Amino acid sequence: MIPELGQFALILALCLAIIQAIFPLIGSLNRTPGWVALARPVAWGQFVFLLLSFSVLTHAFLVNDFSVLYVAQHGNTELPTIYKISAVWGAHEGSLLLWVLILAGWTVAVASLTRDLPEEVVARVLSVMGMISIGFLSFLLFTSNPFERLFPVPVQGGDLNPLLQDFGLAVHPPMLYMGYVGMSVAFSFAIAALIGGELDSAWARWSRPWTLVAWMFLTIGITLGSWWAYYELGWGGWWFWDPVENASFMPWLAGTALIHSLAVTEKRGAFKRWTVLLALLAFSLSLLGTFLVRSGVLTSVHSFASDPTRGLFILIFLLIVIGGSLFLYALRAPSISRGGGFANLSRESMLLGNNLLLLVITALVLLGTLAPLLYDAFQWGKISVGFPWFTSMFVIFTPPLIVLMGAAPLTRWKQQDPVALLRSLRLALGISVAAGIVVALPMSDGSVSTGLAVALSVWLLTTLLISLQQRLKHKSGVGGLLADIASRGGRSYYGMWVAHIGIAVFVIGVTVVTQFDVEKDVRMSPGQEIQLNDYLFRFDGTVNRKGPNYHAQRGTIRVFREGKEVAVLHPEKRTYLVQSRPMTEAGIDAGFMRDIYVSLGEPLDNGDWALRLYYKPFVRWIWLGGILIAIGGLLAASDPRYRMRVLARLRSSRPPADAIAAEGHA
Amino acid sequence: MHPVRKKRLILIGLMVTGVSIAVGFALNAFNQNLMFFYAPSEVIAGEAPADHPFRLGGLVTVGSVQRLPNGLTTRFEVTDNVKTVAVEYTGILPDLFREGQGIVARGQLNAGGTFIADEVLAKHDENYMPPEVAASLKKAHDGATAPATEAATP
Repeated sequence: MIPELGQFALILALCLAIIQAIFPLIGSLNRTPGWVALARPVAWGQFVFLLLSFSVLTHAFLVNDFSVLYVAQHGNTELPTIYKISAVWGAHEGSLLLWVLILAGWTVAVASLTRDLPEEVVARVLSVMGMISIGFLSFLLFTSNPFERLFPVPVQGGDLNPLLQDFGLAVHPPMLYMGYVGMSVAFSFAIAALIGGELDSAWARWSRPWTLVAWMFLTIGITLGSWWAYYELGWGGWWFWDPVENASFMPWLAGTALIHSLAVTEKRGAFKRWTVLLALLAFSLSLLGTFLVRSGVLTSVHSFASDPTRGLFILIFLLIVIGGSLFLYALRAPSISRGGGFANLSRESMLLGNNLLLLVITALVLLGTLAPLLYDAFQWGKISVGFPWFTSMFVIFTPPLIVLMGAAPLTRWKQQDPVALLRSLRLALGISVAAGIVVALPMSDGSVSTGLAVALSVWLLTTLLISLQQRLKHKSGVGGLLADIASRGGRSYYGMWVAHIGIAVFVIGVTVVTQFDVEKDVRMSPGQEIQLNDYLFRFDGTVNRKGPNYHAQRGTIRVFREGKEVAVLHPEKRTYLVQSRPMTEAGIDAGFMRDIYVSLGEPLDNGDWALRLYYKPFVRWIWLGGILIAIGGLLAASDPRYRMRVLARLRSSRPPADAIAAEGHA
Repeated sequence: MHPVRKKRLILIGLMVTGVSIAVGFALNAFNQNLMFFYAPSEVIAGEAPADHPFRLGGLVTVGSVQRLPNGLTTRFEVTDNVKTVAVEYTGILPDLFREGQGIVARGQLNAGGTFIADEVLAKHDENYMPPEVAASLKKAHDGATAPATEAATP
């Protein structure tokens, strides 16, 4: 009975989504206040019903209701409680339910935090979000119903994929979805503005904090995914250019371009058409990501099922969304006014370069991801695009991006005197080139690529410090800094600052770990010792251990440095009882400067084991960089000038054009 | 033309030129990094490149897995139920590597016709078959009289 309640709630949510999509939009166009006013309560109603539906499915997992097919497939009585909950989004149907729930969550957030925006704008935004919701809810109800019943009822469930029985993976999908779906807010604002024909700086200011928050979640989601892959997949890689990783990375790249372009539109009124196009692109790529992941067209750990109807449904939905929004754009774009002009050397031109580079990278990642599908579709053969290609592509495009990243914060809006820019940059230039050369010299490392990477990181750090020093020139000490952080427009700057530091930290991490890591696959007998760099590894054999829902062979490896024991690691080889599949659990001694990573390969004869011994310097810096980037996004989104009351006061006291001019130099 | 517009055009032109050159490099590298997939029958028929790495996929022949003593080298055969290719791999095999199961290996043929793999991928879960392997098994089955095994259906 209870599962039917969940399904019923889902159908009601769909009905409300249809109302939300149609009436507020029409009401906003023919000025019917009653219809416009529908938007908010209906959005709340939809959210409540979806929450109910989601709770019902969670309840079914918690009480092991195997009469529900989805629970029977992915639940199990032996599953620890936390994984019973995360199993709700552990496979196709439930993860889609989570998707629409999060969409409804973003919708009510927009509904309740936009009290000071013009009613028609809010009505249009909510209406567009309602349309997206219709698409996903009908997908859910017609092709992937999570509440489908199973008869006869099995006594035990099929269990959650052991790879997913892990904390990192319990939180990774919700974070990623928050980001994916959050891009729909920027998209909806853009469509609403196109419908209304009012694309001004106010529009950019409204959508900017939403985009930043969504982008922050996407950053966290991707970072978590990378960290999980590192410790859970057992071979110590942190990024595989797996199609599904790319699927989350492309919206991130487009989103990064979007937040920079939005900054220009908000501050200078320029790049308007471009910004709108990016908002459409970022969400379209999120949808494409869903299509790639959920349709099962790709070989990946994430593809749950290959069901042609599902793939077709998402493909059609994708075509409607992209086609429809581009059509609207083509209709409206000519009437969008041109923004403020700028010289060839100005912050605008640098941000234009940043956008161009980011989009080229996005396009190439897209090519690498879709090429295997295209080749297959045209019967040119079955291919895969090698890891080295993606890497070399990044080596080509990241350096110019970082050069711009360092210079842009020191460049003025509108016009910059080249001599003055060179004067403020020469110190940073000198230090970074020197640092790069020192590292690249034969006696230190001798590798040109390391030298280049070090020079770029140092460049980023020094330019950021110079920019900070210039900003705080007339403020004194820590008090001045704190006051500046609290000021209007302050957190935008510090958000940028922290996020760019994050990029530098990330680049250092990636460079060091790729250049200096040591990986060794070895065969070891109990008691045997092997030297790796400064570390001596001793294998002390394995013992059997019983976990809550698995058996494990638990190895003991002692790691010594200069005769002193630095770590005792216990990697495990687990066999999960229900799906009877083996799993590798790595033993990691984590550190700020290096990780020691050991995983059990396979048992050989006489108690010997095949082992992986890794030394991974600076690997943590990769995720530390990701965290800093996310913090930067949060800081920027929390800038006081986005608080709506401030905005409302501003709007009532001054006409918007003046307000923008006043902000121009911020 | 308006001078501001002209200046803007020059700027955009320069950026586009720079980026196009870089994209040219990237696309050139792209072609060199493509790796094609071949089934054992195709390898035996000589369709696979002899001097370039490729991917080989199929089922691990039951009873063929043989570990060499004192090291991490494993020899096994991969089959599409019509022809088989010998594979040699040094390193740790994935958790789900087992006889009778579908795998994809990346590597190159040596002079003796043995495929020297530098990476072996097994399917991600129990019910999953790499689509390339499933397709090639189906093709091999359709083209030959050999009976399909249960494993051929994903």
